[in-house]
Amino acid sequence: MQSLIKSRRVRDAGLQAAFVGGFVAMLVAMVLVGRANLEAQGLTSGFSFLERATGWRISFSLIDYSTNSTYARAILVGILNSLFLGAIALPIATVIGVAVGVMRTSGNGMAELVGTTFVELFRNAPLILQLLFWYTLLLGFPSPRDAEPILGGIALTGRGIYIPGLNVTGASVFVAVLIIVVAFALALWMGVKRWPDLHLRQASKERKLLWSLALLISIIVLWIGRIPETPLVSIPEPAGLNYRGGIRISPELMACLIAIAIYGAAYIAEIVRAGFIAIPKGQSEAGRALGLSPWYIFSRIRLPLAIRIVMPTLINQYVWLFKATTIGIAISFTDFFMVVSTAINQSGQTLELIAILMGGFLIINYSMAWVLNRVNDAIKLKGTQLRI
Amino acid sequence: MTDLPIQHTSAFSNIKRHYFATPLNSAITVLLAAFTAWILWGFFNWAFLEAIWGYGKNEECRAHEHGACWSFVATRWRIVLFGLYPFEEQWRSALACIVMLIVAILSCVPVFWNAKRLPVLWMVGFATFYILMRGGVFGLTPVVERDWGGLSLTVFIFASVCLLGMPLSIIFALLRRSELPWIARTMALVIDVIRSLPLLAIMFTFAIVLPFVLPGWAIGDKLYRVIVGYAIFFACYQAEIIRGGIQAIPSGQEEAAKALGMGYWHRIGYIVLPQAFRNALPPTINQFVITFKETSLVTIIGFFDILASGRAAAGTADWSFATIEMYVFVGLLFFVFVFSLSRYGAYLERRMSLNSR
Repeated sequence: MQSLIKSRRVRDAGLQAAFVGGFVAMLVAMVLVGRANLEAQGLTSGFSFLERATGWRISFSLIDYSTNSTYARAILVGILNSLFLGAIALPIATVIGVAVGVMRTSGNGMAELVGTTFVELFRNAPLILQLLFWYTLLLGFPSPRDAEPILGGIALTGRGIYIPGLNVTGASVFVAVLIIVVAFALALWMGVKRWPDLHLRQASKERKLLWSLALLISIIVLWIGRIPETPLVSIPEPAGLNYRGGIRISPELMACLIAIAIYGAAYIAEIVRAGFIAIPKGQSEAGRALGLSPWYIFSRIRLPLAIRIVMPTLINQYVWLFKATTIGIAISFTDFFMVVSTAINQSGQTLELIAILMGGFLIINYSMAWVLNRVNDAIKLKGTQLRI
Repeated sequence: MTDLPIQHTSAFSNIKRHYFATPLNSAITVLLAAFTAWILWGFFNWAFLEAIWGYGKNEECRAHEHGACWSFVATRWRIVLFGLYPFEEQWRSALACIVMLIVAILSCVPVFWNAKRLPVLWMVGFATFYILMRGGVFGLTPVVERDWGGLSLTVFIFASVCLLGMPLSIIFALLRRSELPWIARTMALVIDVIRSLPLLAIMFTFAIVLPFVLPGWAIGDKLYRVIVGYAIFFACYQAEIIRGGIQAIPSGQEEAAKALGMGYWHRIGYIVLPQAFRNALPPTINQFVITFKETSLVTIIGFFDILASGRAAAGTADWSFATIEMYVFVGLLFFVFVFSLSRYGAYLERRMSLNSR
C-alpha cells in the first residue's frame, strides 16, 4: 500500500515535470533555433535596435514622429494609435449598441424590426469585409476641390473628412481628457464609498460640484493651451486643391471607426437585449404600481439593472473588440500591429518584435479587463438586492 | 384563472397594440417607417431599378454611375468564386464546395450526433473535398494548393481548422482541468495568453515568424502553418467552452462513475464529454460562426480566399468601379452561410431549453 501511494506520487510528479519541462524545452529550442537562424543572416539579437532610427514614415500619429525617430518611438506611436482608435470606437459602439438593444426590447413593432435588421445585417458579415466596404465608400466621396461644406464646416471629401476643431495644443487636449477621466473615476469611487451614506440632496450637490469643477478645469486647461495668434475655433475652408484648417479625419481612421463601432454595436445590442430580458418583470410592474412614468421606469429602474446584469459579458466583448482593431492593417491604418509588422520587415528583428507585440497586447488587454472589473465591482448590486 | 376575460386578438388590435399603443409609440413607428422606407427605396433604386444586368457591359456601367453594376457579377463570378483555379477544372472546385455544404447540412441532423458518426462524416467529406481539389488520382489533373482560391480556399481553411481544432480543444480542456496542478496551470497560462492575442497576430506569427524558429524539416507550407495557428487559436476558445460545459454537469455524475470503478478514459468518454458537449452546443455553434467569418482574415497575410479573389476580380482597370458591388456580392455569400448557421444555433438553443424543463 505504502509503495503504491509512493509510486503514484512519483508518477504524478514525473508526469508534471515532463509536461512543463517539455513545454519549456520546446520554447527554449525555438528561441535558440531562431537566434541561430537570425545570426546566420547577420542580425544581432537583443533590444538595441529600439534606439536606431526607423527611416520610414507613419501616416497618422498623435505624437511627433519623423523618419529620424527611433523604433521605440514608432512602436509608441502604434500603441497610442490603437488605444486612440479603441477609446473612440468602443464608446460609440456602446451607445449605438445600447440604443439598438433598447429598440429591440421596446415593445414597438417597428423599432424591433429595425433593430433586428441592424443586428442581423452587421453581425453576419466578416468585420474585414465591412471595413473594406466602408473604406471604399469613403474613398468614393468627391475630391476636396468639388466637395461642398455642409452643416457649417463639415466637409466630406475622398481625402478625409474635415470637421471644425479648436486651435489648441495636443498636450492640453490630453490633460483635459485626463481630468474628465479622473473625475469619472472619482464619481464612481464616491458613488460607492461616500454618497450612499449621505442625504440624497447633499450627495447630488457634491456630484454637481465635482462635475462642474472638472469641466471648469478642463476648459481652463484648453484655454491655456491654445495656439497663440490663431482664432480659437478653426473651421475647414476650401483652399486650392485641398481644405485648410479644422481637423482632418483620414479615410483609414474613419473607416476603422465606422466598421468597429457598427460591428461592435451589433454584438453589444444582443448582450444588452439579453440583459433587459433577464430583468424580473416584477421590477417594472412595481414601478408602474407606484405610478412612475414609463421614462422614469426605464431610466431609473430597468436601464441601471440591465447595465449591472450585462457588465461581465460586456467586459469580454470590449477586450475582444479591442483585439479586432488590428484589422486596420487591411487598409494601412498604422496601429500597433501594423507598426510591428512594418518594423519586422524593415529591421528583421523578428523574435524581439513579436515578443513586444505579444507583451503589449497582454498588458493592454489585462489592464483593460482589470479596470473594467473594478468598475463592475463598484457598481454591481450587493447582497440580495437583485433576485433573479 | 379561467375567469380571465378572453382577449380579442384581431389583426387590427394586434397592429394597434404593437405599433400605435400610445401617441409617442405612433410617432416612433411613423418616423422609423419613413426612415426604413427611405433607405429601402434608395437601395431598391440602386440595386434594381437603375442596375445594369447581363454579361460584359462594363462600358455601360462606367457611363451609368448611380446604379448597381450586376454585370460585374455576371461577367467575373468565376474569378470571385474560384480564384486562380485552372479554368477547365473549376467544376471540381464547385463540386468540392457542394460536398462540404452537404456535410455541413448533414451534421445538423440529429442522426449524426454521435461520437463515431460525426467525425467519420467530416473525415469522409474532407477527404473527398481534398481529392477533388488536389487531384492527382482517378485521372484528375493535379492542382497544387498555391493555385487554390476563392470560396473553396475559404471552405478548406474553415474545415481544416474545425477538424484539427476540435480534437485539440478536447485535449486542451482535459489538460486544463487535470488533477495535476502544474499541468493545469501551464495549460491555463497557454490558453489565457493565446486568447488575449488577436487572431491576426497569431496568423502572422505562424506565417512569417515560425520559419525562423523551426528546424528546416518542420517548416512546411505557409498555408498549413496558418491553418495550424488558427486551429490552436480556435482550440483555446473552444476548450474554455467545453470546460464550461463540463462544469455545468452535476459533480455526482463523475463521482458515481468513479464509485462504479470506471477508469479515467471511460469516465471522460462515456459520462463527461457527451454531457459537456450537449451543454456547450449553443456556444459551440456560435464559435463555428465566428470562426467561419474570421477565416477571411487570411486575405491580409496574402492568401487568395474569397475576399482576396473578389478584390482581384474588381481590381482590373475595366472593373475597378464595381468594388462596392463586389463587396455586396461576397458579403451576401457570407451572410447566407453565417445567418443560416446562427439561426440554426438559436433554434437548437430554444429546443434544448424546452427539453430541459
